Amino acid sequence: MRLRTFLRHARIRAVAVEPPGPGTPAVEESAGRNRGSLQLRHVDAGSCNGCELEIASAFSPVYDAERFGIRLEASPRHCDGLLVTGPVTRNMAGPLRKTHAAVPAPGVVVAMGDCARDCGVFLGAYGVEGAVGDVVPVDLEIPGCPPHPAAIVRALRGLAGT
Amino acid sequence: MAALLVVTAVVGLAAAVTGAAVGPRLRTPLLVGLTATACATAFAVAARVLATGDVVRFHTDRLLPLAGVTLRLDRFGALFVAVSAVVGVCALVFRLGYDAHGLSSRTSSAVLPLFVTTLLLVPAAADVTTFLFLWESMAVTSLLLVLADHRCRVEVPSAGQWYAVMTQAGAGAILVGLVLLATRSGGQSFTLMAAAAPHLGPWIRSAAFLLVVAGFASKAGAVPLHVWLPRAHAEASGPVSALMSAAMVNLGIYGIVRVGFGILRGGPTWWWLALMAVGALSAPFGSLHSATSSDLKRLLAHSTTDNMGLVLLGVGASGLFASTGHPPLALLALVAALLHVVFHAAFKGCLFLSAGSIQQATGTRDLDALGGLLYRMPVTGTIFLVGGAALAALPVFCGFVSEWLLLQSMLHGLPATDPAVAVAMPIGVGVLALTGGLAAFTFVKAAGIGLLGLPRTQAAAQAREVRASMSLGAGALPGLCVILGLAPFAILPAVAGAARTVTGIRAPGPLSRGWQLDLAGVHSVLAPGLLGAALVLAVGALALVRRRLEPGPVRVVEAWGCGREFQTATMEYTATSFGEPLTRVFDDVLQPSHDIDVSHVAESRYYVEAATVHLSLDDAFERRLYDPANRSLRWWGAAARTVPNGSIHRYLAFGMVALVLVLVVVA
Amino acid sequence: MAAAAISLLQVIGVVSGGPLLVGLMRTVRCRREGRVGPPVRQPLLDLRKLARRQRMRPEHASWIFPLAPLVLVATTVAVAAVAPLLTTAPAMGGTSDLFAVVYLLLLGSVTLGLGALDTGTAFGGMGASRALTIGAVAEPALLVSILALSVPAHSSNLPAIIATSLAHPLLLATPQRLLALAAFVIVVVAECGRLPVDNPGTHLELTMVHEAMVLEYSGTDLALVRLGESMRLVVLLALLAVLFVPWGIATGHGPVAQAVALVTLVAKVALLGTALAALEVAMAKLRLFRVPELLAGGFVLSVLAVVSALVLA
Repeated sequence: MRLRTFLRHARIRAVAVEPPGPGTPAVEESAGRNRGSLQLRHVDAGSCNGCELEIASAFSPVYDAERFGIRLEASPRHCDGLLVTGPVTRNMAGPLRKTHAAVPAPGVVVAMGDCARDCGVFLGAYGVEGAVGDVVPVDLEIPGCPPHPAAIVRALRGLAGT
Repeated sequence: MAALLVVTAVVGLAAAVTGAAVGPRLRTPLLVGLTATACATAFAVAARVLATGDVVRFHTDRLLPLAGVTLRLDRFGALFVAVSAVVGVCALVFRLGYDAHGLSSRTSSAVLPLFVTTLLLVPAAADVTTFLFLWESMAVTSLLLVLADHRCRVEVPSAGQWYAVMTQAGAGAILVGLVLLATRSGGQSFTLMAAAAPHLGPWIRSAAFLLVVAGFASKAGAVPLHVWLPRAHAEASGPVSALMSAAMVNLGIYGIVRVGFGILRGGPTWWWLALMAVGALSAPFGSLHSATSSDLKRLLAHSTTDNMGLVLLGVGASGLFASTGHPPLALLALVAALLHVVFHAAFKGCLFLSAGSIQQATGTRDLDALGGLLYRMPVTGTIFLVGGAALAALPVFCGFVSEWLLLQSMLHGLPATDPAVAVAMPIGVGVLALTGGLAAFTFVKAAGIGLLGLPRTQAAAQAREVRASMSLGAGALPGLCVILGLAPFAILPAVAGAARTVTGIRAPGPLSRGWQLDLAGVHSVLAPGLLGAALVLAVGALALVRRRLEPGPVRVVEAWGCGREFQTATMEYTATSFGEPLTRVFDDVLQPSHDIDVSHVAESRYYVEAATVHLSLDDAFERRLYDPANRSLRWWGAAARTVPNGSIHRYLAFGMVALVLVLVVVA
Repeated sequence: MAAAAISLLQVIGVVSGGPLLVGLMRTVRCRREGRVGPPVRQPLLDLRKLARRQRMRPEHASWIFPLAPLVLVATTVAVAAVAPLLTTAPAMGGTSDLFAVVYLLLLGSVTLGLGALDTGTAFGGMGASRALTIGAVAEPALLVSILALSVPAHSSNLPAIIATSLAHPLLLATPQRLLALAAFVIVVVAECGRLPVDNPGTHLELTMVHEAMVLEYSGTDLALVRLGESMRLVVLLALLAVLFVPWGIATGHGPVAQAVALVTLVAKVALLGTALAALEVAMAKLRLFRVPELLAGGFVLSVLAVVSALVLA
């Protein structure tokens, strides 16, 4: 590798994301518990994949959520909580509950996107059971359809305590 | 002392008579008690001989025609007698509680004590007649015991057939070899043969050595004469297979070392290279087949081939060093091999006995049908775990010490001036490494699939812990595995003494300074006790740290299955699936066969009604060597059957041709 | 007494250095990928948080399941305590045998495999099956390369091997050493579950080897497992450093020599970790059934190392 490229790597910066404001008691408690390390299990409970694209952006080099100690993990046993997208369809209600039960207590649930908050455009659809809050208790909501990656990172920073 | 040997034999015979004569209720306790007494007396004699080095002699002209019975127990034989005695007692105590079907018959009850007695006396035989008589008795009694369950399982008669043919062929080879030596030695006692051996021609010595090795290696389960072993050891009942695998195969090693070192006093390099080649072939073959087998007892039987291959590797290395002029290394290699024999007896015995418990509790040997047994049969499961960990040569357990010694003996042979040594030692290390890795794989497979997880069938779910006598019998041996693994200095002097006696080498071998295992003359040390203590301390300390750190009690939950609605035991890995990556990696060697039967719907060939997949892994030697040999034998037999066709003219013609031939030869 | 203190220092160094090394390697990978990445001390933050999380166990798991993380860390601690990382005269140095080190690490892997099967899930079986297949095929390469190292020293005793290397510096540039080094690197990559053998950061269960074995662990158990993994990496890289580039190691127990040894060891391990991470970015994970070919290649290299050791000796 050339020296210039090496030095360029040392000067990498991602988009600045402003720190989150004070949050709900659940969020503050999570921040105090995690203190710089947050692992989440992403569950797609029935989304259109728009939120998934924004999550991918949030963890991309541009917005880089990992620099705040936030990581997505494969097993809910390794995680501090769930990141749920989409309205909860009838088929995914049971798996979502099981995934929530598989997280070590206390586990936080982040409902990301308008669909997760209140079913969004899919309200009343035949395959939709309800919002995420109707299936598992929600601790943090990220509004938007889809939410901006910076908003995602900002909200998760609040949970991570960084 | 000699009287005690006679007492052993007499008590064993008495036990046999009791087993045959007494009614079914008292039969088993009486024969077990008497045979255990015989084992105890034999152990007492052997221990005395090992400790003091005295040789126990006994001779009588009566019992056998022509030559009488001569017994001579030196340190080397005493080691094997002691091992057989310990394994015998454990198997007998196990037998007390065992629900034997075929084994509780009159014949089997009479034959079992005879088998154990022959196991105790073969290492003490001192001339050819006594040895062969005891060897044949051992073969016949063990055959009858293997066949004991012939009414329960359909594979038993076939296993008995294979065993009978191969063991008789082996005995025939041993007979010819020993007789070849005896006729040229002016006497049939082993001491006479040993004295006369240096004066025999190289062809006679080599021929005798090869014949004897063929017979004994077949008994030990070395490739390519091993095909009887997975069948016989798997089909025999619990205590019998433990006796066969932990005590009888040792006698094959005993025979090879006794003839090769004791009688022939070493030989040219190519003998030992051939022996090492046999070992180097058997070890990976056995470990590969045990790693890919899903029948619990077959897995253990293949593992016996593996371990005996390692022992043969050590014996061959020892002879190689002796013939190239490195006596201390020869002693080291032989001590390593004999130590492995002793340790193998300990862990294989407890593995087979606990496998017998599992078979009795669940009714099956198929690993794909077991699971969750550690929870339902905690004692048996723990015994199996300890035995398996020793099999995998893990530190703290005894298998690690003997493997380490074997590795050291290979290592210190290099750098070597002799090209044979220089080539053989790295191959030896590679073979040891491969079998070590595969043995670890086998252990995790057998213990993990069989004992852990969810039970895969109703039979496994309903298993209950076996009777206390069975646990007691099986449980003494894992204790030995751990104790000897942490403190090998307990038996190292005995094993080193045995090796010195049979080879006549006076150089110092592995010593034990306090808690360390020190190799004299070379800078290599092992402290298994310290390692074990350090590990136990570390685990304890970490457990305390964990207890302090965790916020609350452990929560018991459903296993994580990706949010599946329900999880059943059918979602677990089976033994076959566990071994599948390994089968794929070694598929050129194993050549598994896949057969897919597809049946179509009657109306249209485009729709499949059912598909059946047959997977089978058979023995490459059987396919390449034994099946063609069997076919040609059958062809020969069929051809020969057509010759006598009932015509008297043809028979008269035979008679005339035979007469003419005899006249020609005689003239 | 001094030797015991040095052993303790080694253990503390490995326990704290493991997560830091993993963090450093993660940072190097992130920078190469063009992003900032977490701070170097992130694994320590993860461990601190995990140690306080709730422990869970599956309903039909036995005592093997909670024992496995303890044994994994304990075996690595034992290796760190007896290996001659800072000095050629460690406590119980007589017993630090290279074969014993290999078998101790194998004990950790085997227990973790048993713990994985204890969960009764398909993931556990899959992880254990794959990890043990790779371990079984890596054993020959590992032990034969150790043989290549032991032949010139006439012993497999670790301090003896290092002392021989220090006494004859030219030995380190011989073909047998370089071939053994190549084989050793391949085996270390396989044993630690790094690319191209295994991707430690994968989320796809069907591509997991080591990670699949630990999917069920949580809380303090998981903290121990992650610590054990990082300690194993540090210990193996440290052994690689002292066996093949031993300069800087102390020969006695003097504090100045120990400080120098510590600094050089940290520098060597950091350099090795950086190099490994930088190369990892350029590699894709090998298909599972190609890994034995890689390990067979390692075996061939180690056999060549032994042959050249014998021929050129």
